Amino acid sequence: MAAATDSAAGKAGFRAWLNKRLPVDEFMESQLIGYFAPKNFNLWYFFGSLALLVFVIQILSGIFLTMHYKPSELLAFDSVEYIMREVEGGWIIRYMHSTGASFFFIVVYLHMFRAMLYGSYRAPRELLWILGMLLYLALMAEAFMGYVLPWGNMSYWGAQVIVNLFGTIPVIGPGIVEWIRGDYGIADSTLNRFFALHVIAVPFAIAFLILMHLVALRQTGSNNPDGIEIKARLNADGKPVDGIPFHPYYTVKDVVGVGVFLIFFCGVIFFVPTFGGLFLEKPNFEPANYLSTPQHIAPVWYFTAFYAMLRAVPDQQMGALLMLLAIVVLFFLPWLDRSPVKSIRYKGWLSKFFLGAFVVSFIALSYLGLMPADGLYVILARIFTTVYFAFFILMPWYTSIEKTKPAPERVTYHG
Amino acid sequence: MVKSLHRSFVAAALLAVLAVGIAAPVRAAESGPHAAWMDWQPGNDIGNVASLQRGASHFMGYCAGCHSLKYVRYSRVAEDLNIPEAQMEKLLLLPGTKKGDYITTPLSAADAEAWFGKAPPDLSLITRSKGSDYVYQFMKTFYAAPSRPTGVDNLALPGTAMPHVLSALQGVQEAKFKVVEKTVDGAKVTEKIWESFEAGEPGQLSAEEYDAFLRDTVNFLEYAGEPSKAKRLSMGVWVILFLLVFTLFAYLLKQEYWKDVK
Repeated sequence: MAAATDSAAGKAGFRAWLNKRLPVDEFMESQLIGYFAPKNFNLWYFFGSLALLVFVIQILSGIFLTMHYKPSELLAFDSVEYIMREVEGGWIIRYMHSTGASFFFIVVYLHMFRAMLYGSYRAPRELLWILGMLLYLALMAEAFMGYVLPWGNMSYWGAQVIVNLFGTIPVIGPGIVEWIRGDYGIADSTLNRFFALHVIAVPFAIAFLILMHLVALRQTGSNNPDGIEIKARLNADGKPVDGIPFHPYYTVKDVVGVGVFLIFFCGVIFFVPTFGGLFLEKPNFEPANYLSTPQHIAPVWYFTAFYAMLRAVPDQQMGALLMLLAIVVLFFLPWLDRSPVKSIRYKGWLSKFFLGAFVVSFIALSYLGLMPADGLYVILARIFTTVYFAFFILMPWYTSIEKTKPAPERVTYHG
Repeated sequence: MVKSLHRSFVAAALLAVLAVGIAAPVRAAESGPHAAWMDWQPGNDIGNVASLQRGASHFMGYCAGCHSLKYVRYSRVAEDLNIPEAQMEKLLLLPGTKKGDYITTPLSAADAEAWFGKAPPDLSLITRSKGSDYVYQFMKTFYAAPSRPTGVDNLALPGTAMPHVLSALQGVQEAKFKVVEKTVDGAKVTEKIWESFEAGEPGQLSAEEYDAFLRDTVNFLEYAGEPSKAKRLSMGVWVILFLLVFTLFAYLLKQEYWKDVK
C-alpha cells in the first residue's frame, strides 16, 4: 500500500490526481496484488477466468450483431444471412457468438466440475456456489432465448417444446405459456421479447451475478486442489504461507490459459463453425416454418442431458419436474457432502466412484438427448437418470461412511 | 492418488463410450437398409475457382429458371469467382436483371404452385441445411417411373415434384428393385429395395461427364451457401499460427514470473 502510493506520487501528477478522486491503486493493491491465492492451482483452475473471457466475447460480438439483426418474424432469418454475407466481417462476428455460446457452457461445466472435484462448494463457500448456480441458471435462460433469435426451423420448434414445458405447471400452466409467448403460438411477439431479454435483462443479471460471485470469492478466498484453507497458516506479515499474490502470478498464468483456449475457440470458428451440426444445426439453416416439423427436435447439446431426463419419463408433467429437480439438487450440494475432507484427493473410493458415475451419466444423457427417444435409448436414459440422482441422494451416506485419507497441513506443490 | 483418480475417470469414460457404442448400431439397424447411393459424394473443392465458374454457369443455365439464390448477388459471384464484368453480363445475368441484383427466379410462385404443386425452394442454403452430398445424390438418383406425372421418381427424395431437368444430359436411367415381402404387425407389406441403376434412355454426357457436371454445380451451391468459406479457411491458418506464437511467449513470461514460487 505504502509502496504503491509512493510510486504513484513519484510517477506523475495525473496518477496522484486520479487516485485522490478514484481509488485505482488501492483497488489494484487490495483486489489483485493483495489477494493471495493458493499456489497449487492446476489445469482445472483456468476455467473461471475463461468463463469471464467468454462473457466479454459474447457481449462484444453481441453488440455488433445487434447493429444488423432484426427481431421480427419476417426479417430475423434474412438479417442473419445478411450478417453472414454482406456485413463486413459479419461472418466472423456471428461465428464468434454462436461458437461462444457453446464454449460458454464447455468452460462453465468444467468450472463446476472443478468445484465438485475439490469440494469448493463446502463451507465457507456455500454462497459462492449458490451464486455460481444462479449464474448457471441465468446462462441457460440467456442461451435458450439467444438460440431462438435466428428464427431457424429448429429455433422455432425448440422454443415450442421448451416453452410448452411451463404448460405442465398445474392450473396456471397454460396461462403462463401464453404470457411467455405473448401469443397463442411462438410468434413475432415471442421473438421480440426474447430479443429484449437476451440483449438487456439477462446480460445485466449475469454481469451482476458475476460481480457478486467475485466479491464472495474475495471474502472466502479460493479453495485449492488439496481442499485445505491456506488462511490457516499465516507468515509473520499475516499472509498465507501457501498463497501468492493473484497479480502478477495468476494473471500471467491465466494469459497462457487464454492463449490455449483461443486456439481451440478460433479453431472452431475458422475450421468447423457448425461443429458437425452440434453448435449450429442443419435444420436451423431453414427458416422457421410452423407447417414443417424437423425430424427430431432436440435442443442444443448443452441442454440435452436434461432433455433426455424429460423424455425418460412417460408422463410429461413428471418429466418436467424431474428435469427441474436435476438442476435444483445441485444447489444443495454444500449440505449433501458430509465428508471430513473437501478434496477428492483425500476422499474414499466411494466418492470417487460416484463422482465418476455422475460424469459418465451426464455425458451419456447429453448424447441420448440428441438421439430419438425410442427403444434402447429410453431405457439407457432411465438408467443414467437414476445414476445422476443417486450421486446426490446417496451423497450424505457414502461421504460419511467411507474411509478418507488425512488432508495435508500444507498444499501439495512441486515447484 | 491423483493417478488413481485419473484412472477411475478413464475407466468411467470408457464405460460411457461402451454404453453409447452399443446403442448406436442398434439404432442404425432400425432405420432401414443402407443403400450404396447414400455414400455417393461429389468430391468438390470450393478452392477450385474454375470448377466454381463452371458450376455458376450450370446453375444459371439449368436451375435458375425455377430456383432462386435470394441471398446471393450476381456481382458478388463475379467478384468471388474472378469472372470479368463483360463475361458475367453475357453468361450469368438473366434477362432484365442488373449486376447488383440478388439471383431471383423469373418463375412466379403462383405459376410454380399451379405447375408443380409446390414452389421450388430457394437454394441459397440447401448445402447447409441438407448437405452437399444430399444435393449430389438427389441429382444422381432420378429414375424412370412412367406412372408419375413427371415420368421420373427419385431415391433421395421419393415422390419429388421436380422433373428430371438434367435428363437431356444424364439420360433417364432405369432403377432395379428387389421386392421383399414382410409381415409388419400381422399385415403383409411389400417393400422395394433399390439394387442398381441400369442404362435407359441415353443422354448427351457419359456417366463420368455427368458426375463432373454435378460436382461443379454442387461446388457452386456450396460456395453460395457460405460465400466467405474460402476466406474463413485461409484466414484461420494465420489466426492459429499467431495464437501459437502468442501462447508460446505467454508461457515463457509465466515461467519467468513463476521461477521464484517455491
